[in-house]
Amino acid sequence: MSGISYDARGLAEPNAEAPGTATIDADGVATFDAKDLTTRLINLELRRLIYEEGVTDVVVQNPQARHSLGVGILARCRITFEGSLGYFGCGLIDGPEIHIKGRVGWSSCENMMSGVVVVDSNAGSLTGAAMRGGDLVIRGRVGARTGIDQKGGTIIVCGDAGSMNGFMMQRGRQIFLGNVGPGLGDSMYDGTIYVGGTVKSLGIDCVPGEWTDADTEFIERKFRIYELGTPPELQKFVCGKVLYNYDSLEPSEKKLVI
Amino acid sequence: MCGIAGIIYRDGQHPVGAEMTRMLQSMKHRGPDSTGYALYGAPENGSLVMRYKLADANTPRDFGFSERLRLHRREVEARLARLGAQVNDVEEETPYAFRVSFEYEGDLKLLADLVEDIPEAEVLSLGRSLEIVKDIGDAETVGAQYGLDGFNGTHAIGHVRMATESEVDIAGAHPYWAYPFSDVAVVHNGQLTNYFMWRRRLERSGHRFMSECDSEIIAVYLAEKMGEGDTLEEAMHRSLDDLDGVFTYIAVTDDALGVAKDELAAKPLVLYESEELTAVASEEIAIRQIVEHEIETYDPFEREVLVWKR
Repeated sequence: MSGISYDARGLAEPNAEAPGTATIDADGVATFDAKDLTTRLINLELRRLIYEEGVTDVVVQNPQARHSLGVGILARCRITFEGSLGYFGCGLIDGPEIHIKGRVGWSSCENMMSGVVVVDSNAGSLTGAAMRGGDLVIRGRVGARTGIDQKGGTIIVCGDAGSMNGFMMQRGRQIFLGNVGPGLGDSMYDGTIYVGGTVKSLGIDCVPGEWTDADTEFIERKFRIYELGTPPELQKFVCGKVLYNYDSLEPSEKKLVI
Repeated sequence: MCGIAGIIYRDGQHPVGAEMTRMLQSMKHRGPDSTGYALYGAPENGSLVMRYKLADANTPRDFGFSERLRLHRREVEARLARLGAQVNDVEEETPYAFRVSFEYEGDLKLLADLVEDIPEAEVLSLGRSLEIVKDIGDAETVGAQYGLDGFNGTHAIGHVRMATESEVDIAGAHPYWAYPFSDVAVVHNGQLTNYFMWRRRLERSGHRFMSECDSEIIAVYLAEKMGEGDTLEEAMHRSLDDLDGVFTYIAVTDDALGVAKDELAAKPLVLYESEELTAVASEEIAIRQIVEHEIETYDPFEREVLVWKR
């Protein structure tokens, strides 16, 4: 390729191809170093391995907090990032189990459909925004507005959290083991928030909920799966539904929380 | 959108000019319009450094342009001499922006006012260690234009701008100097919604505004509060209630660097601390430009004010 090429999509690297630098070991684990690759090349290499080579276990070294890595992966596979991701990491995924051995920036796992993401360190704001399914575990602390507009799945945060978590959430569950900031569950429609630490203030229409055996079972199961030890005493918060203006709910709205 | 970055060392001088260029260049996608630096160097035997400009980067170049620049520049030097300032050195990095180092014991506000009384003149910074450099273009362009690669110092802040509410020119570029306080500067990411209210209020108490940019309010506000006796940290805490809108800003003095985040935590900031330095930036990739090894970072929460001393 030579000269200047015009690209109507405005892509910085319109004709990029997967670099093919990964090595696959005897156990079928593919490993490649992202240090000198651009964001687009890293994602192309990931896609090549998962979709074309049929690899189900990929290790990415030195992601160096680059944005938008591991997005849109729609296959059952295991991906390990040996370092931190920047903004929009692992968004729009459906299926993979991802382990991030570092932190993630803002808007990670946005619109996640299914699968598991475990982050060893902290996360920025808007973590798991509009998430629809799967489990997202943050072992460190998170910024503000975690799980904004969440529509399903579970978010577990082991550290402290900022303000307005669960803002406008519609379904799903959030578990915060640390202290949370002001405006928890503001304008939530449905879903459940569990908090282990202190709550600075509740948002509008977020009220304490009644603890049931189903809650105990759910919490114990998640703690067992992610080896989080014995669950501490948690407070439960749900929607007070005083902001509801519907005369009667649509049948689809009456569905139980996923 | 805008991108901001700051770095403060606890163990003496480092090439902060070159490092800030790398940090800002990595965040070029957050704002390609203009780039600005506030750098804190080693004081040259106690002399003062003033950075000033006599025209903007995109002022129309009419027939009298160069002649006006020459006359105005001569007038600045004449006024400095009249105040009893002994000029050591004048550097001319662009035809319209200058760096002058001089010895002077008198009132700095008077000096700044006399310089700014000259048509189109603006004092960008004035202090014993602060130097503000800002111009149109990305960090590599501005850094090369002003020769910042060789700048050694203890701390620095920088800004890449995506203009949202005022012109793309040097007057609208960050950082803002907290006139008339020597060695205080501010960079900001966000929008302030009670700009006009504070502008009218601060103008009535005698502050000057050089641009239409909402971020200038923060620098002037801090100057007002520090003038009333607040420390930097107290003034920053007070700003959380007084300023309305979304903001994350970094303020620096000759020996400290502080960050403040609004009530909604609406604008990002990533923070890295180690034995020898603290680095903050809108995105972690910027911090990665100056720290080689794997690092642990976190985001401050809403309404947080953090200050580090060098």
